[in-house]
Amino acid sequence: MGTTQILFWFLSALAVAGAIGVISCKNPLYGVLWLIVVFFAISGHYVLMNAQFLAIVNLIVYAGAIMVLFTFVVMFIDLNEHPEIPKNIYLKAAGVIAAMCLLIVLVAALSHSEANHLAMRLNTGVGLIKYLGRTLFTEYVVPFELSSVLFLSAMIGAVIIGKKEKELKEKKLV
Amino acid sequence: MEIKWYIVLSVALFCIGVAGALTRRNSIIVFMCIELMLNSVNLLLVAFSKMHLGDAVANPMAAMNAQIFVFFIMIVAAAEVSVGLAIIVMMYRNTKSIDINFLNRLKN
Repeated sequence: MGTTQILFWFLSALAVAGAIGVISCKNPLYGVLWLIVVFFAISGHYVLMNAQFLAIVNLIVYAGAIMVLFTFVVMFIDLNEHPEIPKNIYLKAAGVIAAMCLLIVLVAALSHSEANHLAMRLNTGVGLIKYLGRTLFTEYVVPFELSSVLFLSAMIGAVIIGKKEKELKEKKLV
Repeated sequence: MEIKWYIVLSVALFCIGVAGALTRRNSIIVFMCIELMLNSVNLLLVAFSKMHLGDAVANPMAAMNAQIFVFFIMIVAAAEVSVGLAIIVMMYRNTKSIDINFLNRLKN
């Protein structure tokens, strides 16, 4: 077993353990921390697959920005005052069984594929920033600029939704 | 590594996300499970971008599109999270709870 395979199994175990931690934790703050573990493991997978650009973007955007937003909201909301009421045990069992059925069906459907044993080609330079940047700013420049409009509209939407209605009425915005 | 292990890993992460979204009632955790599902799909797309069907694809750089696609998924997810968390905060302010069953009242 080479180093790559050991790293692959370690990162996979870390990702799955983190994901199970997210869905089984009582306190959402621990869920956020587990999710950061999952994102770090997925970034490790990107590095293993020689996709450095996406690894860095994943760390900055997900483990950095989005998780800070989640932490902020979790701390903003007082959960001790209103603890989560657990779902009915039958509903929980039904949810877990449904998810496991999905897992079994997908794995069984894909396990007989002929393309399963294709090894990955790692030395093509597909994930390097140099080539990705060139593609992004030539072929995909219009979607790239449109995404800035998307961000602007998301920002305005978040501000409008987050404002208190009283303030909006005072300023006659609604 | 063979591609099948990446498929199994992505499917496992996706199904854990589905299980969490179905079994939890805290809306923040449900939202985090949706992020988990998005990330498992991203992982699979990147894995497929590294897989070439022998010499069927003339130019291996054509696989770049997959990684650009992952990049755009991340952009859209960031915008989605900002709006979604604003909605959760507004819901908490109005109902003093983040239980998703409170959203039942939207039915009427």
